[in-house]
Amino acid sequence: MHEYSIVQALLDQCEEHAAAHDAKKILKVVTKIGVLSGVEPDLLQTAFDTFKEGTICEEAEFVIHLQKIVIYCRRCKKESTLEELNLACPRCESLETSIVDGEEMYLMSLEME
Amino acid sequence: MCKDCGCSITEHHHHHDHDHHSHTHQAAHETLHHNPQLNDSKTIEVISKILDKNDHEAAHNRAHFDAHGVLAINLMSSPGSGKTTLLEQMAERAPFRFGVIEGDLETNRDADRIRERDIPAYQITTGSACHLDAFMVHKGLHEMPLDDLEVCFVENVGNLVCPASYDVGTHLNIVLVSVPEGGDKIEKYPVMFRQADLVLITKTDLLPYFDYDIEHEKEQARRIKPGVDILEVSSKDPESIDRVIEWIEYKRKFQ
Ligand SMILES: Nc1nc2c(ncn2[C@@H]2O[C@H](COP(=O)(O)OP(=O)(O)OP(=O)(O)O)[C@@H](O)[C@H]2O)c(=O)[nH]1
Ligand SMILES: [Mg+2]
Ligand SMILES: [Zn+2]
Ligand SMILES: [Zn+2]
Repeated sequence: MHEYSIVQALLDQCEEHAAAHDAKKILKVVTKIGVLSGVEPDLLQTAFDTFKEGTICEEAEFVIHLQKIVIYCRRCKKESTLEELNLACPRCESLETSIVDGEEMYLMSLEME
Repeated sequence: MCKDCGCSITEHHHHHDHDHHSHTHQAAHETLHHNPQLNDSKTIEVISKILDKNDHEAAHNRAHFDAHGVLAINLMSSPGSGKTTLLEQMAERAPFRFGVIEGDLETNRDADRIRERDIPAYQITTGSACHLDAFMVHKGLHEMPLDDLEVCFVENVGNLVCPASYDVGTHLNIVLVSVPEGGDKIEKYPVMFRQADLVLITKTDLLPYFDYDIEHEKEQARRIKPGVDILEVSSKDPESIDRVIEWIEYKRKFQ
């Protein structure tokens, strides 16, 4: 259940950005969560709704853009978006691939007033 | 200067990932610009990793280890897969000097087990936190006699989920999975096995008692992390421990 500590880090960032922009409150928090980031989107939503109380995000809408896995194949030099977790290149079946997206968690943007 | 501890490691550039050539950043831009609602005057673009404070501290920890020429290794697995047992056995056999930062929810038992072997150990009890983060490990590493060490292990909290999301500032990750856990752990916890530089299939002395298809497991690990190193370990077989030690020695040469 590390979703709670992730939300804590997120709320801290929101507070900092709000202070830097002299905002009174945050209306919307947009995140990008990789399917391989190790975070359950539902749990993240619940954690956000629980912890936002009393913070600058109290009234904020929480948006999660789920990012699928994108790999780059060094054999055929092409990128592919994966629907399931098999890191072999879907075009040429090579295992010489690396993940270029879908492993990280980002705060993308904030709407504030 | 390190603000928290006054140590002489210089501050690092913030890892905000503002690398405009990175694919992730580009992909991030796309998400943003495909959504016209976001182009409101009150909307600010941020694009930072949610755990960037942790990542920054992790880089600081790595700088500490590097400054002392210490190779740091994060051990992760479910509870009871054999992390402390492996450390106990290495204490008898490793040619390098090592220390251990122990993470557990409660008790000092694991650190005590290690200290009994004359290995320096520091226990972090996380209370309710189900993983170690870079800040906790920073505290621990300042309790370690780094000048006297060549390797420092971090034994993470027994958990196949949460520790995978936190860079604690080690150089390498070893992920253990034991035969009695059953043959689906690698497929069920891909995020953890993605992080592995070395996968250890432990308690192989128990293979005769379990339907565990070890080749299938190795295949699954390679599907999730192509080219990952895999070793089989049993606490009853000293040679298997020596192979882990050899792997670490090999990595030490590249430090
Ligand atoms: N048969 C057998 N038992 C083992 C082996 N390695 C560890 N064990 C046993 O498994 C149990 C758990 O081992 P630990 O080393 O404490 O596991 P751990 O991963 O440190 O556990 P936590 O720190 O609680 O997550 C102990 O009873 C060990 O004796 C092995 O190779 N073979
Ligand atoms: Mg242990
Ligand atoms: Zn290909
Ligand atoms: Zn420090």
